[in-house]
Amino acid sequence: MFDLAGKTALVTGATGGIGGEIAKVLAQAGAKVALSGTRKERLEAVAAEIGENAVVVPANLSDSESVDGLIKAAEEALGGQLDVLVNNAGITRDQLAMRLKDEDWQAVLDVNLTSAFKLARNSLRGMMKRRHGRIINISSIVGVTGNPGQANYAAAKAGMIGWSKSLAQEVAARGITVNCVAPGFITTAMTEELGDAQKEKLLGGIPAGRMGDSKEIAAAVLYLASDEAAYVTGQTLHVNGGMAMI
Amino acid sequence: MSDVADRVKKIVVEHLGVEEDKVTENASFIDDLGADSLDTVELVMAFEEEFGCEIPDDAAEKILTVKDAIDFIEKADS
Repeated sequence: MFDLAGKTALVTGATGGIGGEIAKVLAQAGAKVALSGTRKERLEAVAAEIGENAVVVPANLSDSESVDGLIKAAEEALGGQLDVLVNNAGITRDQLAMRLKDEDWQAVLDVNLTSAFKLARNSLRGMMKRRHGRIINISSIVGVTGNPGQANYAAAKAGMIGWSKSLAQEVAARGITVNCVAPGFITTAMTEELGDAQKEKLLGGIPAGRMGDSKEIAAAVLYLASDEAAYVTGQTLHVNGGMAMI
Repeated sequence: MSDVADRVKKIVVEHLGVEEDKVTENASFIDDLGADSLDTVELVMAFEEEFGCEIPDDAAEKILTVKDAIDFIEKADS
């Protein structure tokens, strides 16, 4: 089950905790994986851990030219057309809405929402021809529940779920699925920034009584990337220890 | 019938799985040949590949019939 031998994948934000883990799990399942991110050295370190199934395609998703060229660059590096796109890259610029600057709103929307859509659109041509493709978007629980201080992030993550459902309907008959994975509270550098008091409060709201692990997100992605998940599309798989049951 | 017309018709027959005699020059992809909007996008992709040309989005939107496709490609070729 969940064998990805002979498949290719692109994971954006592969320098991060969740992205790196997704890339590893897809490669372990047999896929050849292109790792994208802004920090080349870090990407190369992750690629070295994975071994021969990994290639590195640095890109800065806040730069629209970089976004436009990424699918082509990844396909060249992979030596074939893309089967699985994992839109994982994301940034935060947290601030109370009343103090949220235009540029911090825009930057988060550009990277987390717009670039992900463009990458999906640009990867569809090949997927349509081959009547097979998997687009997996890493959204967030925050996109569904909201979170104080994250109006921009929540808007982007909710938007992602919206376009995924639209796209899923457009391409379902062509063997392409489009789904989201919505992580809850996962141990990563992004959540490390939270204070202890904030963490404690959050843990109180998680029935599982612990934070999630990147591996638990990667496992959800692996499932959606597999042939076995062919009949699952337009869905959001919540991986959050019961924090929100939606 | 021109070579372009033959090749266009062949693509339409293959792609939409319709009878060859239904693919007349005035046949509309959607109204007469049962294509949906995504089929028309795919047809344009197939034309681009077959003829090695690029069909920009605004031109693609105007390709509604077999004749539209033939005319566009013949114009692009010349």
